[in-house]
Amino acid sequence: MIDKPSTPVNKTPLFDWHIERGARLIDFGGWVMPLQYTGIIEEHRNTRENASLFDVCHMGEIEVTGEGALSFLQYVLTRDIGALKVGKMKLSLLLNEKGGIMDDLTVYALGENYYRLVTNAATKDKVLAWLCLVRDNKEFKGVEIRDVSLELGKIDLQGPRSEEILETLCDGSLKEIGYYCFREMGVNRCPALISRSGYTGEDGFEIYLAVEDTPLLWEAIMDAGRGKGLLPAGLGARDTLRMEAGLMLYGNDIDESVNPFEVPYEWAVDLGKDFVGRDALLKLKADSLNRKLVGFVMEGKGLARHGYAVLREGVQVGVVTSGTYAPSLNRAIGMAFVSPDLAREGAQLEIDIRGNSALARVVKLPFYKKIRKEGVGNGKGKS
Amino acid sequence: MAKENPKDRKYTPEHEWARKREDGTVLVGITDYAQEQLTDIVFVELPEKGKKVRKGEQLAVVESVKSVSDVYAPISGQVVEVNGMLEKDPGLINRDAFGEGWIALLSMAHEGEWQLLMTADEYSAMISGEGH
Repeated sequence: MIDKPSTPVNKTPLFDWHIERGARLIDFGGWVMPLQYTGIIEEHRNTRENASLFDVCHMGEIEVTGEGALSFLQYVLTRDIGALKVGKMKLSLLLNEKGGIMDDLTVYALGENYYRLVTNAATKDKVLAWLCLVRDNKEFKGVEIRDVSLELGKIDLQGPRSEEILETLCDGSLKEIGYYCFREMGVNRCPALISRSGYTGEDGFEIYLAVEDTPLLWEAIMDAGRGKGLLPAGLGARDTLRMEAGLMLYGNDIDESVNPFEVPYEWAVDLGKDFVGRDALLKLKADSLNRKLVGFVMEGKGLARHGYAVLREGVQVGVVTSGTYAPSLNRAIGMAFVSPDLAREGAQLEIDIRGNSALARVVKLPFYKKIRKEGVGNGKGKS
Repeated sequence: MAKENPKDRKYTPEHEWARKREDGTVLVGITDYAQEQLTDIVFVELPEKGKKVRKGEQLAVVESVKSVSDVYAPISGQVVEVNGMLEKDPGLINRDAFGEGWIALLSMAHEGEWQLLMTADEYSAMISGEGH
């Protein structure tokens, strides 16, 4: 997880609540965010067993509207969203001309030529500038691009009891919302958008609403979850949950030096249409890859961390991008770029843990997979 | 909020505590403030019994979910005993940093070093100055 200081430091509308609850705070992508309330492991386990509420107001929201909005997004995004119906969402990548990943984001189809992109916090300004540049250069004249990040609050409710907690507050039925689908409805008497999606590997919802309504809804959900095991959870648990679910974190596992074929994102690229970076990707596809991102479990002692070297007979053959202790598996796990010959299940890796070489084994991602409820569970997830 | 720093022991700026026992050996651990900063501790690399350490040298390594931290020897001496409980239950440090979560017992090589350590009041003042 990146937590380098950057200014100015933004506060979410829930900042006071976190302080009151004694949360430990960190700086993340220019925002002061809760790292944990009681403990990362406890919050992690509670998300898997009951439900957790996450303040993710730091994430970026950009709306793209107007004549040609669809064609414009088809041109900048790697996924084909031509058939994306209103009420559905998709994960997509945004590439630069060299095929490097500028962001991984979700696209919500809000209406005809009306889309919302949800970006990572640290990439939002870059994405916004890039979208405007491409629009102007390619003369998508009718397309309007608007940063609504500071107008919208975002709360994630994740875990198996999410639906039973949230439905008591909703005007509409949550059962009708399938995986990676959304509805706009009144929640706690405020207009909101609710999608069944998330970044934890659990069933759950991402909720968007006016920033000024966010603290009240947060409190209302906490109240509704009383006696149902609901607890707030911080970015610490969000990180261990996403890692167990095999989901990458922008800035840690991927950045602009990474192309989609090197990481488990080949599925997020639809080469059948034209988009920025496609030509570069076709060339990359023809060449052989220099590295592959894999998941591994530690067999030796210690924890692998971002930046640690992967060795073979003392020679560096890769680098760890993420590593942590996985509470649901009770062992140390991680992701690393390795040379392609090591990118197979069962391959043995050596990881340089601060001067000591520790053994690790390549495993298939995800590390942790929830058996989803009938009718709710297919597709790929990430917030 | 971190627990109060007991006055029956000394401290280092790197957040270790050292408590002299009646037989002159010194029990070493990390402070409650340190465990709070680290978050949930999931692995502790203990020193070998008999190892000689100099003041300021690495004595142990504490890994939490979030980060890794060296534990330095607050005094020079020899490792007399290690807290084997931490191998099965590293979370002991989170729950009881000043007690059950001790890390190692050292013999003291140079009595004079004791005076160089911080008092509880000095240490408390230092961490409140860190603005947390």
